[in-house]
Amino acid sequence: MLDLINLRKTFNPNTINEKVALNGVSLHLDDGDFVTMIGGNGAGKSTLLNAIAGVWQVDSGKIIIDGNDITGLSEHKRAPWLGRVFQDPMMGTAATMQIIENLALAKRRGQRRGLKPGVTKAEKDEYRELLATLGLGLENRITEKVGLLSGGQRQALTLLMATLNKPKLLMLDEHTAALDPRTAEKVLTLSDQIVKENHLMTMMVTHNMKDAIRFGNRLIMMNDGKVILDIRGEEKKNLTVKALMDEFARASGEEITSDKALLS
Amino acid sequence: MNIGSLISALPGAIAQGLIWGVMAIGVYLTYKVLDMADLTVDGTMATGGAVCVMMMLNGANLWVALICAVLAGMIAGLVTGIFHTAMGIPAILAGILTQLSLYSINLAIMGFKANQGINVRNYHLLVSSRNVKAIGIQNPIFTMIIVTALLIAVLYWFFGREIGAALRATGSNEHMSRAQGINVNRCKIIGLMISNGIVALASALFAQYQGAVDVNMGRGGIVIGLAAVIISTVLFGKVFHNFAMKLLGVSLGAVIYYIVIQIVLWLGLNTNLLKLLSALVVAIFLAIPYWKGKLAKGAKNA
Repeated sequence: MLDLINLRKTFNPNTINEKVALNGVSLHLDDGDFVTMIGGNGAGKSTLLNAIAGVWQVDSGKIIIDGNDITGLSEHKRAPWLGRVFQDPMMGTAATMQIIENLALAKRRGQRRGLKPGVTKAEKDEYRELLATLGLGLENRITEKVGLLSGGQRQALTLLMATLNKPKLLMLDEHTAALDPRTAEKVLTLSDQIVKENHLMTMMVTHNMKDAIRFGNRLIMMNDGKVILDIRGEEKKNLTVKALMDEFARASGEEITSDKALLS
Repeated sequence: MNIGSLISALPGAIAQGLIWGVMAIGVYLTYKVLDMADLTVDGTMATGGAVCVMMMLNGANLWVALICAVLAGMIAGLVTGIFHTAMGIPAILAGILTQLSLYSINLAIMGFKANQGINVRNYHLLVSSRNVKAIGIQNPIFTMIIVTALLIAVLYWFFGREIGAALRATGSNEHMSRAQGINVNRCKIIGLMISNGIVALASALFAQYQGAVDVNMGRGGIVIGLAAVIISTVLFGKVFHNFAMKLLGVSLGAVIYYIVIQIVLWLGLNTNLLKLLSALVVAIFLAIPYWKGKLAKGAKNA
């Protein structure tokens, strides 16, 4: 369960660059909810994920995950609850380290790191099997540096790392936006598969309306730092891109055609 | 020019190179593993010697003095780490601040004298330049090979551990590290402490080797350390992939550096110009990857 209570964040307060990024966001997610998030540039989607992840502290409000108030915690202390995949494929992995070393780092998320081996023998076999499920041939390259992988391979690996220790909340922040369409589709399908298999509570930001409708059981739309639309269940299944665009226009009072990003 | 004089100077160059190789391994850990330029080492490169020599002059056992020297270096690293992480001072400036304060501290340790001698005849020293041409275990080259091998073995073991992997991850990608629950600030502090502990060990050994500690002993040390790292990257970068081999390469880099210096001096360069030469060489080698990158980019755009 995730509860966001009246989150507020203003960047550069009292300056000419002042920007209200989160303007009182409240949201409740049940276990197993797979929420897709859409909205124009600067609507607050990524900002919301960063607020939950603790990249910076919110000005006010509360973030409660499974009854634990994580609002004041620093980023690395929240990590045990959270699995994250970023837009930039370079961000989620350590390029100068081996594939298995990256997985082993993720395996120890939330544990004390001491003088035990960085990667155990048993883990090697475990990861080889796990990598084989991706169907990318990575199981034969486990000691290669991650820097040698393509963007799509890195995102698939990051996804694996994010879900290796079943997180309470998986956050996918436009994680296929930097990939070519075919690879993007592959990574999306893989994400959906992992989420379903592990029954993960998930928030996925996307700029693609079709994907937002196709995946998940719930869809929220953000605008100006607020959640302006929250559709779930049957209603979501029957959504069309056209209907969504009309909803946006109605809810935000703006013409959507001005926002190229939403049309992609 | 007499080639004989060069050859007879080589054992000394190799011994010095091996001692500075230990220092360069310390620099490698911050510069390459943690991706951070730590200028504390210019100060620590005198602190270790100061602590070791003063303790021994006051009757301490060699090994106790060495351990205390390492601990002093680690404290210096801790201070830089706190300046950087808890006080938000950029890493380079944090190192400079510690380095500057170490100048006073080093003088204080040395009883407010600029140098202190320790004679190998009266004290049991691990390495001494007097034995550089001796045959047997008292030869500093032999001792330094063992010290270097032990150091590399310990570091190889440590960086294969969970905490060592966390340190490497911090240097590779802070963003990812935080997302995987790694306390990157703590990792940076630990890395700086280890690095400066190693540099202080090198300092203590170097003071013993030359039979004296000098408050200016570490001046420009970072440049020598970087030179060793760069020489090793250029010469062995394509062959040494294993972490232990990379550390060995850094040590060899320092030896090569000292041999080259010896040759340049033999060719008749004024000793006072050495630091200028070192700085220029390091600057050029640092620029090479940048220029290469620019060339590659230019080719792409064309």
